[in-house]
Amino acid sequence: MVPLYIVLAAVVIFFLWLGATYNSLVGLRNQVKNAWAQIDVQLKRRHDLIPNLVETVRGYMVHERETLDSVTRARNVAAQASGAGVAAQAQAETALNQALGRLLVTVEAYPDLKANQNFLALQEELTSTENKIGFARQFYNDQAMQFNNRIQMFPSNFVANSFNFKLAEFFEIEEPAERAVPKVSFS
Amino acid sequence: MINMWEQIRMNRRRSVVLVILMAIVLMVLGYAIAEGSQPGAGPFGVLIAMGVWLVMSLVAYFQGDNILLAVSGAREIEKKDHPRLFNVIEEMQIASGLPKMPRVFIIDDMALNAFAAGRKTDKAVVAVTAGLLGKLNRDQLQGVVAHEMSHIVNRDVLLMTIVGVTIGSIVLISELFLRGFRFGGRGAHSRRYQSSRGGGGGGNIMIVVAIVLAILAPIVAQFVYLAISRRREYLADASAAVLTRYPEGLAGALQIIGGDPTPMARATKATAPMYISNPFEKPGVRALNLTSTHPPIAERIRILRGMAGAASFHAYDDALKKVRDKKAGVVPRSALQADQALPIRPPHTDDAPDPRMRMREAGDLVRQMNQFAFIACPCGIKIKIPPDYARPIAVCPRCQRKHPIPTATAK
Repeated sequence: MVPLYIVLAAVVIFFLWLGATYNSLVGLRNQVKNAWAQIDVQLKRRHDLIPNLVETVRGYMVHERETLDSVTRARNVAAQASGAGVAAQAQAETALNQALGRLLVTVEAYPDLKANQNFLALQEELTSTENKIGFARQFYNDQAMQFNNRIQMFPSNFVANSFNFKLAEFFEIEEPAERAVPKVSFS
Repeated sequence: MINMWEQIRMNRRRSVVLVILMAIVLMVLGYAIAEGSQPGAGPFGVLIAMGVWLVMSLVAYFQGDNILLAVSGAREIEKKDHPRLFNVIEEMQIASGLPKMPRVFIIDDMALNAFAAGRKTDKAVVAVTAGLLGKLNRDQLQGVVAHEMSHIVNRDVLLMTIVGVTIGSIVLISELFLRGFRFGGRGAHSRRYQSSRGGGGGGNIMIVVAIVLAILAPIVAQFVYLAISRRREYLADASAAVLTRYPEGLAGALQIIGGDPTPMARATKATAPMYISNPFEKPGVRALNLTSTHPPIAERIRILRGMAGAASFHAYDDALKKVRDKKAGVVPRSALQADQALPIRPPHTDDAPDPRMRMREAGDLVRQMNQFAFIACPCGIKIKIPPDYARPIAVCPRCQRKHPIPTATAK
């Protein structure tokens, strides 16, 4: 019977399409997770660098205890916030950015510190970590966008809905805070 | 593994078609030469042509990056040798989603250039000259590194290797045949043999075809090669602008590179397409040169600076059309479709050491590569001892303090 073959073929093609779409959605979701892990690596790295920075700076800045403590506090809050979800983490990181920004402005007043080799090396690491966080965030958001497009667009949206794929959150650092980080300019 | 940077490589059908065409030319060439020399030997000629191609491909595929690095005199460095360069490369690795950190090489040359190698994304190599490290600020260095990483992500290294090998085979076979023919080798010999038999009309036509092909094919193939190379340069510039979200970084770097007269000491024609700027470009060349591996630097700068307000493939393509006054862009449609309107970021003010410090840093790196010994004098001077310094004591030029030379100068 010819019609039976046609129906069978249609069913097979449908399931092939379903499988392919499902797999590509899973692949994309894993990539989003992977991209997020990249941000996490860099944020952790920054959390590790900050105690070093505070220690190096403390010897020179005897009168800036309050600024240093606020950096340490913000760092601890941010370190605890990791794993608490995209939004909470972004908020904690924003606060840390602001505290760091204030510290880096005060560094300007200490020329001895700015000539310290140890401090210069830390400065390079912190600057770069800052950039890496930015680029990791950029990559994550690109991936999240691609994933979300697939979830919402026809026809893959049917597959996404029936298998309960959730939209990925974007990692946004609030604009004013972004500007408050003076691009880690020590010099 | 498809991320948005891989879009560009998915759409390169045109390049693939060109490679196939060149492979066909190679086979026809092999056929015509063999058939012209010895009627009936045509298929054998095709086999020889393919054999030459295969051997060269295998060598290029497995040893290409090592050969390139050896020819350019590049040496691998570690993070502690130049943390800033390493960090900039790692930043771009993260931005491009490359699975692994590339190996980093320094070329002991004061000319300003850089290249990338590595047929796969996890076997990538980035090499920069010491001069480049000394002259560029962080944003500019980032632009150059992004351009090189784009060559890897866009799979240009692999593409240019295949294209280069195919052309190399065509040139090699044509050259051998023409030389043999001219000096009365096998070609001429068999032609005599043919005509003495009297019935070699087919062979005579074939030999004419072979001669024409052997003369024309290498020329045409090289033009094709150069056209592909220039196109991939534009694309790498576009990708770099999107990756860094800062077209001015690369534009500024190109301006400095273009204005610097120092010639590359160890570049060869074969390695030219891998560099960020044509190592053979003469300063002041403005018009599009059909014999160049790269578009003119001035034009590349104008396009990058013409990207109105957005770090996107769209902006690059529009700027390119305007600057080149052409309707067709170079960015493949798949990349344009996945494109987003991305704002250009502000420049980094965190430019690490000032230009003089940068130069000194680069100089020290080269000296360290060349096994110089360093002695830190308490008066603040760093004394650099060349490896062939024979006396046992060095005198500080500022404070006249005497320092013993450390015996183990090896790094």
